[in-house]
Amino acid sequence: MQTHYDAKDFAALLEKFANGIAASVIVEQPFNVVGIRTRGELLAQRLLPMLAARGAKQVGHGTLDITLYRDDLSELGPRAIVHPTELDIEIDKRPLVLVDDVLYTGRTARAALDALADFGRPSIVRLAVFVDRGGRELPIHPDAAALRINLPAVQQVKVKMLERDGEDGIDVMQRI
Amino acid sequence: MSAWTHKHLLSLEALSAEEITFVLDTAVGFKEVSTRSVKKVPALRGKVIVNAFFEDSTRTRMSFSLAAQRLSADVLDFSGSGSSVSKGETLIDTARNIEAMGVDVMVVRHSAAGAAETLAKHLSCSIVNAGDGAHEHPTQGLLDLYTMRERFGRIEGLKVAIVGDIGNSRVARSNLWGLKKLGAEVIFVGPPTLVPKTFEKLGAKVVHDFDSIIGQVDVINMLRVQNERMKSAQFPTVREFTSLFGLTSDRFARCKKDVFVMHPGPMNRGVEIQSDIADGASSGILKQVENGLAVRMAVLYLVSRV
Repeated sequence: MQTHYDAKDFAALLEKFANGIAASVIVEQPFNVVGIRTRGELLAQRLLPMLAARGAKQVGHGTLDITLYRDDLSELGPRAIVHPTELDIEIDKRPLVLVDDVLYTGRTARAALDALADFGRPSIVRLAVFVDRGGRELPIHPDAAALRINLPAVQQVKVKMLERDGEDGIDVMQRI
Repeated sequence: MSAWTHKHLLSLEALSAEEITFVLDTAVGFKEVSTRSVKKVPALRGKVIVNAFFEDSTRTRMSFSLAAQRLSADVLDFSGSGSSVSKGETLIDTARNIEAMGVDVMVVRHSAAGAAETLAKHLSCSIVNAGDGAHEHPTQGLLDLYTMRERFGRIEGLKVAIVGDIGNSRVARSNLWGLKKLGAEVIFVGPPTLVPKTFEKLGAKVVHDFDSIIGQVDVINMLRVQNERMKSAQFPTVREFTSLFGLTSDRFARCKKDVFVMHPGPMNRGVEIQSDIADGASSGILKQVENGLAVRMAVLYLVSRV
């Protein structure tokens, strides 16, 4: 199995990702793209021009911080910083694409759905993840995924992005 | 610093600059919650927070209550007057009895310095100091820092005058520690009876002539003139206090153009601060109250799980 994807692989996967997202909504009509902090946010930003190139005209953009909605909050160790959610867009009555880097147990997506419900009521919510690594603990499935691999729990996927990690790429490695 | 490691919040003196900045940064995320149409997050669902106020307070208690409710915690209110305290029960016994109901965080206000720290030693829940005598009022210090940082974009290098009854003020102490650690310069202003020179040992500059520094400072934090102390020999008459240390129109005219006026409340209009200044564009007083909520949400969230 391939355990390293370089910048070239990443670019090709991102094109595939944009195609999948464009196919999950009616691109000509208004919809929102909301990234889950941190790398989902960066992916969403990258996707905006790519979706425009695929015919999207009115795309709202926002960022969701799901920390306060996690179901394992009381089991986590010391608290990390909570960042603001940025959803300065019309949420109601239009499709919304949730973007995240990796889909694993599905608990982040569940938390994101709870958080979204506090902001409004999209007509449809689609889940777009760059890498679906399997191992779901909740009945949640992606509508678009650039890469699907089935990994045992002892392994983890690290999506690297230029803006934050200095390079684009994906690494599959042993959980530390 | 990537995570918070304290179980209690007892003082700002005990925190590092990084830890104070960490709380302020966390509060930014919580301030956003108050801008939503649904102003509530499930972070502390199932937790119990008790406001144990052995000394009266309205705004601090309300601020903590609302902060706890916005985090979905259950809130209990306890006030010292008319309770078992007046029947002779000791502080520790009272607190232990409250804790036995299954409390996760106890917010404590008490007239004795060190009360919160004593409870932290004897109880197993988290303790947040909401004011202990003339010692500290850390969440007030944090919300003042937050409000200054929001206004100026920084704390480092600011010149901050704290004016009034410094000797009896926990707000002044918490501000001093927080501001010093983050690199601001603190000037205590007041009559020698209320601001003795020995306070310079704490790291502040002590000035008895307000006018001598009025044009140099970025922030003026006016403390409340406490009615109950006005009768004491330490205190000048109200008129004398206003003419020497009040923020009057005449003094305000000599301030820096972008001076930021603060007051922890409740204020005595016309005594320590002129009414139109308190309501004017330079005033951050209502911002302080607004930010207090975000800061207290951040604090309750941080201490509730360590």
